[in-house]
Amino acid sequence: MSNQATILIIDDEVQIRKLLEITLDSNDYKTIFAVNAKEGLLMAANHQPDLIILDLGLPDEDGQVVLKRLREWYKNPIIILTVKNTEAEIVKALDSGANDYLSKPFRTQELLARIRTALRNLVQQENEPLVEFGEVSIDFASRIVKIKNEIVKLTTTEYNLLSILVKNEGRVLTHQYLLKQVWGNSYSDQTQYLRVFVAQLRKKIEVDPNRPKFIITESGVGYRFNTS
Amino acid sequence: MKSILNQTKIKNQYLICILAVSVVSLCCLFTRDFLGHKVIGYILLVVVSLLAMFLDILPVLLSAVLSALILNFLFIQPYYTFHISSAEDTLLFFLFFLIALINGVLTHKIRKTEKKLQIKEIRVNTMKLYNALLDSLSHELRTPISTIMGAIDTIQSKTVAISEENRQKLYSEIEKASLRLNHQVENLLNMSRLESGVIEPKMDWCDLKELIYNVIGSLKEDLQFHKIVVDVDDNLPLFKLDYGLTEQIIYNLIFNASQYTPKGAKIEIKVEHNPDVDFEYNPDKLMPCLITISDDGNGFPEAEIDKVFDKFYRLQNSKTGGTGLGLSIVKGFVEAQHGTITLENREEGGSVFKIGFPALIMNTASISNE
Repeated sequence: MSNQATILIIDDEVQIRKLLEITLDSNDYKTIFAVNAKEGLLMAANHQPDLIILDLGLPDEDGQVVLKRLREWYKNPIIILTVKNTEAEIVKALDSGANDYLSKPFRTQELLARIRTALRNLVQQENEPLVEFGEVSIDFASRIVKIKNEIVKLTTTEYNLLSILVKNEGRVLTHQYLLKQVWGNSYSDQTQYLRVFVAQLRKKIEVDPNRPKFIITESGVGYRFNTS
Repeated sequence: MKSILNQTKIKNQYLICILAVSVVSLCCLFTRDFLGHKVIGYILLVVVSLLAMFLDILPVLLSAVLSALILNFLFIQPYYTFHISSAEDTLLFFLFFLIALINGVLTHKIRKTEKKLQIKEIRVNTMKLYNALLDSLSHELRTPISTIMGAIDTIQSKTVAISEENRQKLYSEIEKASLRLNHQVENLLNMSRLESGVIEPKMDWCDLKELIYNVIGSLKEDLQFHKIVVDVDDNLPLFKLDYGLTEQIIYNLIFNASQYTPKGAKIEIKVEHNPDVDFEYNPDKLMPCLITISDDGNGFPEAEIDKVFDKFYRLQNSKTGGTGLGLSIVKGFVEAQHGTITLENREEGGSVFKIGFPALIMNTASISNE
């Protein structure tokens, strides 16, 4: 892989393509463009980009369908752009394998941060035994969490929740996904568990649990673990 | 009553006419010896007039004809024939017939005009609302657009050299203007969602404490000169509400408070719950979930307090920057979740919004012990 990541942008709006071209180009990314679903699928196959930015509102095909077809073979990150600010639409895309989403209008700094996170996760696929963020450190091998070198006692559920969030750092995890992973398939609509344990976890690892820096709420969608 | 009769099908209207005329005639039949056919004629006229007030023209005409025939057959001598013996009674019969017809037609005409006036009035009101929308929109959308276009022109201008400091100022004006535009569009979209009735609340367990702090976090810039107090019990239960709608409600109310209270004002957000309320069966309609948002600003003018939730309503002398949609969206989103909202001025100054939701409650103690 060259130092310069190639990003495929599938968007029919010429203004958005211009904006992304200039922004990404200035940040040393190589950009290629497709203006509709058909072209997008073709370019993805021919160029094997490191990341795809996909607009859900395409003229020839529903973006959700394009996403599903890409995910049949494409393993690299996909970031969704949407003007439809409905939570259901976003959750559906995330459940179909999108790594992240941004609603138009979005700030380019935010987009760049999301791209960096997605690409970083691509490089660090292998599990690291020790992760540190702020004053918190997690030793996955011995299942020990420390703050300022003091051991923090977590229940098994709390530890499981934290470790799945940390391992997917920067990525939005939907309520359903977290419930299935931590509690099991039959709990996928029991959001009360998630609410309670996220609050408990925040009390233990956040400096100010009311203004969390690490476990970020994505309204109506899920949670994101942030270290930057 | 009128509207019920208006909705009655035309077939039923004919039936009502025949029934009314027959019943009254039958009653009169027993009294025809002391009332005399002239008085009975008047009574029947009254019946036709009453029918004309509520029913369509054709059934009324039928009742006019029917009552004339009955008057002739039962009450004008000789009885039980359509033959009339005296010239006076013949005249009476035709006059009765004529008056009954005219009565029916006139009442019908009056009602038609009334309806036209009503439609006109609705149209005038719609136009007023539309004009208010256009006024507020053209101002609220054009101001930020002008700012953006003007700032870009100045930055791109080749004839004037602007200092780096001023250039940065223009950039920040462009940013503010686009945020404002986005806010207005958001409000308009929410309003049209409400208007079209497509809002279906997605009820799920919500941590209101988290939600409130989340909203405060996203309003950081607007709240930097205000004192924020959050009064929420540490052991607040979860409430079953629509997270997105509730977030928007709290956002609009806190945003409003930040815009219309002076610098340094205190904004207090409080959540209480009534643990043992069975909403369905409690006569006071005591809400299990109560959210109050109060401030110590200048309050609302008493005379206008009832109108603040109206669409496009803006307080007299209020500063620019709003479309008058924020609070009506709040009300719409509260009611979409079957809640209630009130606004009062506080005795000690400032105002308080009280929201009640008939929400299900879940205590979290049992979960967190697992």
